[in-house]
Amino acid sequence: MRRATGLPLLVLPLLLSGCDMVVMNPTGDVAYQQRNLILFSVGVMLLIIVPVMVLTVLFAYRYRSGNPNKIYDPSFDHSTTLELVIWSCPLLIIIALSAVTWTSTHLLDPFRPLERLAPGVPVPPDAKPLNVQVVALDWKWLFIYPDLGIATVNELALPVDVPVRFSITSTDQFNTFYAPTLAGMIYAMPTMRSELNAVLNKPGESWGYSGNYTGRGYSDMRFKLRGVEGADFDRWVADVKAAESGLELSTLVELVKPSEKVPVMHFASVQDGLFDRAVNRCIEPGKPCMIDVMRRDMQASGGHPHHAHPAPAMPPGREAQPLTGTKPKPALEKAPDEKGTSPNVTKPVELETPGQLKPGDGRNRDLQ
Amino acid sequence: MTETTLKTIFGRLGWESFPIHEPILFGTFVVVALLGLAIVGAVTWFRLWGYLWREWFTSVDHKKIGIMYIILGIIMLLRGFADALMMRVQQAIAFGANEGYLPAHHYDQIFTAHGTIMIFFVAIPLVVGLINFVMPLQIGARDVAFPFLNNLSFWLTAAGAVLTMTSLFIGEFARTGWLSYAPLAELSYSPDTGVDYYLWSLQIAGVGTTLSAINMVATIIKMRAPGMTMMKLPVFCWTALCSNVLAIAIFPALTVAFFLLMLDRYVGTNFFTNELGGAPMMYWNMVWIWGHPEVYVLVLPAFGIYSEITSTFTGKRLFGYTSMVYATVVITILSYLVWLHHFFTMGAGPAVNSFFGIATMVISIPTGAKVFNWLFTMYRGDIRFELPMMWVVAFMLTFVVGGMTGVLLAIPPADFVLHNSLFLVAHFHNTIIGGVVFGLFAAMVYWFPKAFGFKLDPFWGKVAFWGWVVGYWVAWTPIYVVGLMGTARRVHHFDDPSIQPYFVIAAIGALIILVGILGFVMSIVMGFVKREELRDTTGDPWGGRTLEWSTSSPPPAYNFAFLPVVHDLDAWYDMKARGYQRPVDEFRPIYMPRNTGTGVILAGLSLALGFGMVWYMWWLAALTFVALLAVAVGHTFNFKRDTFIPAAEVAATENARQPLAVGA
Amino acid sequence: MTHRTTDAPGAAITWHHLDADDHDHGGGATVLGFWIYLMSDALIFASLFAMFGVVSTSYAGGPVPRQIFDLPLVALNTALLLASSITFGQAMPHMEAGRIGPTRLWLAVTGVLGAAFVGVELYEFSHLIAEGAGPQRSAFLSAFFTLVGTHGAHVTVGLIWVVTMLVQIGQHGLTGEIRRRVVCLSMFWHFLDIIWIGVFNFVYLYGVIR
Repeated sequence: MRRATGLPLLVLPLLLSGCDMVVMNPTGDVAYQQRNLILFSVGVMLLIIVPVMVLTVLFAYRYRSGNPNKIYDPSFDHSTTLELVIWSCPLLIIIALSAVTWTSTHLLDPFRPLERLAPGVPVPPDAKPLNVQVVALDWKWLFIYPDLGIATVNELALPVDVPVRFSITSTDQFNTFYAPTLAGMIYAMPTMRSELNAVLNKPGESWGYSGNYTGRGYSDMRFKLRGVEGADFDRWVADVKAAESGLELSTLVELVKPSEKVPVMHFASVQDGLFDRAVNRCIEPGKPCMIDVMRRDMQASGGHPHHAHPAPAMPPGREAQPLTGTKPKPALEKAPDEKGTSPNVTKPVELETPGQLKPGDGRNRDLQ
Repeated sequence: MTETTLKTIFGRLGWESFPIHEPILFGTFVVVALLGLAIVGAVTWFRLWGYLWREWFTSVDHKKIGIMYIILGIIMLLRGFADALMMRVQQAIAFGANEGYLPAHHYDQIFTAHGTIMIFFVAIPLVVGLINFVMPLQIGARDVAFPFLNNLSFWLTAAGAVLTMTSLFIGEFARTGWLSYAPLAELSYSPDTGVDYYLWSLQIAGVGTTLSAINMVATIIKMRAPGMTMMKLPVFCWTALCSNVLAIAIFPALTVAFFLLMLDRYVGTNFFTNELGGAPMMYWNMVWIWGHPEVYVLVLPAFGIYSEITSTFTGKRLFGYTSMVYATVVITILSYLVWLHHFFTMGAGPAVNSFFGIATMVISIPTGAKVFNWLFTMYRGDIRFELPMMWVVAFMLTFVVGGMTGVLLAIPPADFVLHNSLFLVAHFHNTIIGGVVFGLFAAMVYWFPKAFGFKLDPFWGKVAFWGWVVGYWVAWTPIYVVGLMGTARRVHHFDDPSIQPYFVIAAIGALIILVGILGFVMSIVMGFVKREELRDTTGDPWGGRTLEWSTSSPPPAYNFAFLPVVHDLDAWYDMKARGYQRPVDEFRPIYMPRNTGTGVILAGLSLALGFGMVWYMWWLAALTFVALLAVAVGHTFNFKRDTFIPAAEVAATENARQPLAVGA
Repeated sequence: MTHRTTDAPGAAITWHHLDADDHDHGGGATVLGFWIYLMSDALIFASLFAMFGVVSTSYAGGPVPRQIFDLPLVALNTALLLASSITFGQAMPHMEAGRIGPTRLWLAVTGVLGAAFVGVELYEFSHLIAEGAGPQRSAFLSAFFTLVGTHGAHVTVGLIWVVTMLVQIGQHGLTGEIRRRVVCLSMFWHFLDIIWIGVFNFVYLYGVIR
């Protein structure tokens, strides 16, 4: 029993060596540092894990009932020295790991601008990071390159050895922007802007995903991550610029509607401010932007308690109408006829394979 | 009848809510229905309804309630594991153009149901059931502090389980993941019955769990046998105390999170919506303030189980009892301060992330101390490798790996690459299977003879053991690996064929675990068949050390004819060592709580209330709500809650059962 | 209390407890259990306060606290609830002394004050909803209605309990069991009072002056 339970552990390294573990073999410097951190901490922890496992097997074997050559001492139930040791061993390891955690968490904070491109290669003082705005839509990724005036869907091309600053948001759901070869994952959340600073060091193709389940089309919500050398990157940009259409607000309104298995799209130009609209949830026409609403809220509630100051261009408090109107009717307000039905759609009749629906079709979310 | 009348009566329930077009579900339904009919038929044929009602359903005996909890947990384990097998098979075949045999609709329900059921309706009932059965016996009490509440807690948990199972055949279950994160679980994105089923099931079961936790804490604090000071409390009771204190501290957060999500869905409030100022992240916070401590609610009693078993089978007092107790208390407190590590990647900032990361790692210090304590209990022991002890050794070898990957995930920058990947999934299965499930099986083997008077069949018990241990490693090692290959969790189909072999191996591992589960069921069946051979006449089949082994197997309704007086830790060992002799006369009448059907009725009404709310049958919900209040208030008018067992009956029971017992 | 000793050679060790009252399990545990329940209920309110704190300025362009809170009305409500705690306090010494009549009278007064509190709260709510400041209007209003409403629902449960106790005292007098229930009810009532002080300060006063 004891040997067999340990056996898979022995096989583990063999299994590990035979495959392409992108997390262990990344192409971006941030992911590389994260990989080193993982290896270091596993190593430190093995200092205590391996002895514990060995001792477990050893004691289990040595003190088995059938062994006549063992010492049996039923009164051995306390030893201050031993207790000090068994508390301080894990303590020391955790102290070491805590120090590493504190520094690495600060150094690898995704909001912190990069200081190096690769081990020993600092970021040149005049280098300006490439800005990429990432919007997670249901169920595809929109990448806007504001510096270059282009945008893509489900394809992220990055110049090699150039620091990149991602601004990340989402329209509806909590997604994670997850490019394992590049720099781990960051949540993309509606009404919030996250940031990630990273750099890709090697040319080549890999995949990026959403790490957080968001519904039906989640499994196919992935993007191609392409690392390209400088000249190739310019060529790629030129390619995108040759695309038929640009990304206008009206295009985006259609694009945010749920759709699955969306092919790569290129947009030759980008209207200004689309990312800000996405963050502020005012892509749809007529919807006020969050930031404006919050500004009004602050004005309305500030000031002297006896003098209410309704914000300009807004009816005073009690008469104010809701500023957004796309919420479904809550259950208790539904008239009998509005209740709809909740069919069992475990195997929808007309949808043999997912992703056949048109973008924006309500049934994509199984809305009845 | 007009459409409107129908809708008023049946809400959104219609013929299409039944999955008659879906072969997998329909087949399951037929099997379940046939099994159910067979059981109902058998119970009717043998005229057992009256017996079941009087002796079990309405029972306030903590032992019977504990056993009912465990039966519920095992039944739900079969359901949860069926889900697991289906997922493993899906992920093993769904590559490239092959979308697998489950549509996303079905697959998403399955992984949601698997997680929900395994935590809320397998792990919790099994842990609560064991605490219910063992703890009062270990502290030398005759019952828990609030026997009726105990019965009600069980039936509320069962009602939640029934409501979850209903979703299999009427409507569908949530497709939102086991914690139903907002905003995905909001009405805008999940308009069907799934999330409603989820919320009402868990809310009803959660009330039961909270009440049970209050009950257990009051029992341990108030009803210990004379002489049993807190530092003479068996370790399992200590862990049960900490676990239940923790449950009381965390379940309110979950209740509020679910309650607010319900309001969002039913009343149209804006707590976790994207619109009108809602704060979805607050849902994540509240759910994880519950969620992380919850794993300690489950694993602490398992640690207690390992301690009891190690001590018994090494024939030694537990090494470092005091530090074990302090370690348990420290874990209890710390577990409340770590929830944010579930979303390091939301950008809380390095200082906050470091704090929560380091707090998480600090938990591994007392946990590590515990492992060493078990290790040094084995040191210079006389280890009998009976099944429970085998589980302990398997646990120690498995759990330390899970602990290591846990500390790894607690380092924020490492978590950035591993979060939400299958590495994370492998980690928590490593700790929950290797930590909690192994402990639960060890406990069921260990205390089974106490509950039923005979041991489980050892051959099939070993099949169960090897199936689980080998199956665990075969199933989850490849999942760790694909996690390191950057594979996200909850994915329905993959493109990259190079990872398929790992999923195939994992599916084989799941099949080996299936052997383990069937082996466990067989060990019960064969144990029953060979019960005369495996009979425990002494009440102390393993050479136990705590008070539950001082009474007969199974214990009489009143547990102890005389309440024991405790002089030392390992009270029963102390009694045996100092020539304790069993009393044979001077028995006295014993007051016991009277059985009541109110718990069943209240839980049944809650179930109907939940069903009415899920399906928008407002009349049903309103009716059952009023009835709930009426029955609850009505119950307070019943003052005849005690009954007593006359001295002659006690004497007869003792004389019939005890002559062979140790100390007779 | 007597102790039985074994006649084991060499030592007279007490192994069994022969207390005549050993059937009285749960007696002392009831108050403890109820206290633990109150702690978990306090955590429910803590979570609701936390939720309110997070969204307390998320007006979504809708009304802000000082436009909708009617402080004199809230002051009246606070006075009603605090007074009901005092009247409950009046009932307790009578109960200890076993005087059924005054106990019931003070309990009834408490109930009336509590009912008035709930009535005023319902009036406030209906007024707000009629003016378009209902719980659907903004996250702030959702949290306000839920926090205050949950407290109100607790008071309503307390009212049902008061009525039940009035009936049961009438039926059984002040037996030990009944007294225990009244003690628990008083803990519940004072607990709700404390929660209300939090609501009054953090929701109403702080909302208006910020």
